[in-house]
Amino acid sequence: MQTDETLSTVAEIPTDNIADMGDYKANSLWRLTLRRLLRQRSAQVGLIILGIVVFMAVFAPVIATHDPTEVLIGKEDVKKRESPCIHLLGCPEEQPQHILGTDGNVRDLYSRIVYGSRVSLQVGFVVVFFAATIGTILGAVAGYAGSSWDNIIMRMLDVVLSFPSLLLAIAIVFVMEDRSLTNAMIAVGIVSIPAYARVVRSSVITLRESDYVEASRALGASNLEILFRRILPNALPPLIVLATLGFATAILDTAALSFLGLGAQEPTPEWGTMLGRERNQLFSAPHLVFAAGVAISVTVLGFNLLGDGLRDALDPRLVHAGVKSE
Amino acid sequence: MIQYTIRRSLLAVPVLFIVVLVTFVIARSIPGDPCHSILGEKATQERCEQFLEDHGLNEPIYVQFMIFLENMMQGNLGDSIRFSRPVTLIIVERLPTTIELGFAAMTLAVLIGLPLGIISAVRRNSITDVGTMIGANLGVSIPVFFLGLMLIYVFAVLLRDTPFQLPPSGRLTAGLSPTPFYEVFEIDPGAETSLRFHIFEFIAKLYIVNSLITQNWEVLKDTATHLLLPAIALATIPLAIIARMTRSSMLEVLGLDYVRSARAKGLSQNKVVLKHAFRNALLPVVTIVGLQLGSILGGAVLTETIFGLSGVGRSVVESIFARDFPVLQGFVIVIAFIYVVSNLMVDLSYGFLDPRVRLD
Repeated sequence: MQTDETLSTVAEIPTDNIADMGDYKANSLWRLTLRRLLRQRSAQVGLIILGIVVFMAVFAPVIATHDPTEVLIGKEDVKKRESPCIHLLGCPEEQPQHILGTDGNVRDLYSRIVYGSRVSLQVGFVVVFFAATIGTILGAVAGYAGSSWDNIIMRMLDVVLSFPSLLLAIAIVFVMEDRSLTNAMIAVGIVSIPAYARVVRSSVITLRESDYVEASRALGASNLEILFRRILPNALPPLIVLATLGFATAILDTAALSFLGLGAQEPTPEWGTMLGRERNQLFSAPHLVFAAGVAISVTVLGFNLLGDGLRDALDPRLVHAGVKSE
Repeated sequence: MIQYTIRRSLLAVPVLFIVVLVTFVIARSIPGDPCHSILGEKATQERCEQFLEDHGLNEPIYVQFMIFLENMMQGNLGDSIRFSRPVTLIIVERLPTTIELGFAAMTLAVLIGLPLGIISAVRRNSITDVGTMIGANLGVSIPVFFLGLMLIYVFAVLLRDTPFQLPPSGRLTAGLSPTPFYEVFEIDPGAETSLRFHIFEFIAKLYIVNSLITQNWEVLKDTATHLLLPAIALATIPLAIIARMTRSSMLEVLGLDYVRSARAKGLSQNKVVLKHAFRNALLPVVTIVGLQLGSILGGAVLTETIFGLSGVGRSVVESIFARDFPVLQGFVIVIAFIYVVSNLMVDLSYGFLDPRVRLD
């Protein structure tokens, strides 16, 4: 089955216009990848989960029943940390409906969870964008310029890697003085730079000596042109996989910082903060801990599954070796 | 090989030096001054100046760094500002908690992860395989702090008063205090500043080891039950990653010609899998196991916070909050040292595991 596809792609490549070949090949690689991706169960499940999360984030005002930051004392007849009350499931009509109950500040937990999806997706996007951009530039320069640049950049990154990432992130947050979601994102972003730099660097080093790069050079292409138009597009597949998995790590690490009180602050509906604030209520109101925890886990699971699927879909070597996660 | 080992080890020295420097700078750039966070907001100017002088904090930063380096070479990491005790003693007291926890977690991860990975690869698409892979995906997706809380909820709340009840926090039940082995055997531990005392104290604080030496079964059982939940919480991520890595590495090897030859020779399934395939599949697995140490040390911050253990992770966070620079530096250096050394071991192990890898 795989061979058919490979053959058909090869057959589609036009031979008359070599200059267009790069773009053309890239397109069909993406189509091929998408087709492979959609056939995988892990990617299917991941895409469904992420679809739901994105839907929640986009339509939060419609789906949520309350304002996520609104304190309901005096407005409704509810107490703090009340258990879930759903009218359809037999909760008395005279009691106000709260699908997941209320939290320690008498806010509707369900609405906070729904709005939390916005925060988490934003965290993932900002962190990955930040880390991938800087990491790609550093990795590309290190790999392409070689020798002393390579040594300086990679040793710098080695130092970052010599600290467990979460501990380093905690230290960075402290250096930046005030605790906020933005600072937590910057800290997590900084500690994730080395991963991107390493991947890009190793691809650049392999591709640097390849024939088609030599050919461009012979045609008079500048270094920047070679790097950005010839090398980096081909280094993209591993970067995409890493970025997808990076969403998962970013959300997890930022939630961990928030859990420790070093990230998002009240009243931001951030899942990690919500969990951290209520963790001592585990014995009296476990639903507060479960809701936020499940939300983080499911979202992270979605990105992990999609990342795995992408890895298998983008790496033809794995398909040939018969290694394909189910 | 020996040459490579030496060269690779020497390369780790500058990295360690920079780590120490960076730690020093980061610790000093944390806003807020130690005087007010230790003596309280109302400390007077004079008292603060005296305080800074006592702790050598009024010198220029490069002088402080030089003094620090000089002392470090002599095994002196300074005194804690908060506790007025040598940092080395604090490390000796708290590092064992994390080592015991990390070791237990890693053992669980390897003992469960490796066999699961092998079985999944051999019985591909079986229920075990699918279950393992679903479990592995869940394992890397559940935040450590959430998993820890869930474990506490299940084993300390839901299963309370059943035989499966497990304690939710601490290293030992209150009231139990293990006698250090040197007291039991009446060996002189030496002065508090001696290296011997540090080593003895370190071993004595490894409760499992200490209770084994002194044959105190009650403490052993109590320590083990307290260790179980945090170890499970900490083990999930490495376990999931090890299982996945073992599986994919095994799958790759099982498809190779020499494995088919081994089968054709009539060797039993067990022999083919364990003696022929597994050995060659081990290389990437070892890398992953080594690299997981970082996630263990990082995860220890969260695990220790949730399970109320005062180990390395919590000490680091607490000393940041208190601006206790010497303690912070001491612990970070210890962590970085463990980390750099383990990376070095991983690199070196390639050459031993796979004769084809002769790095130069």
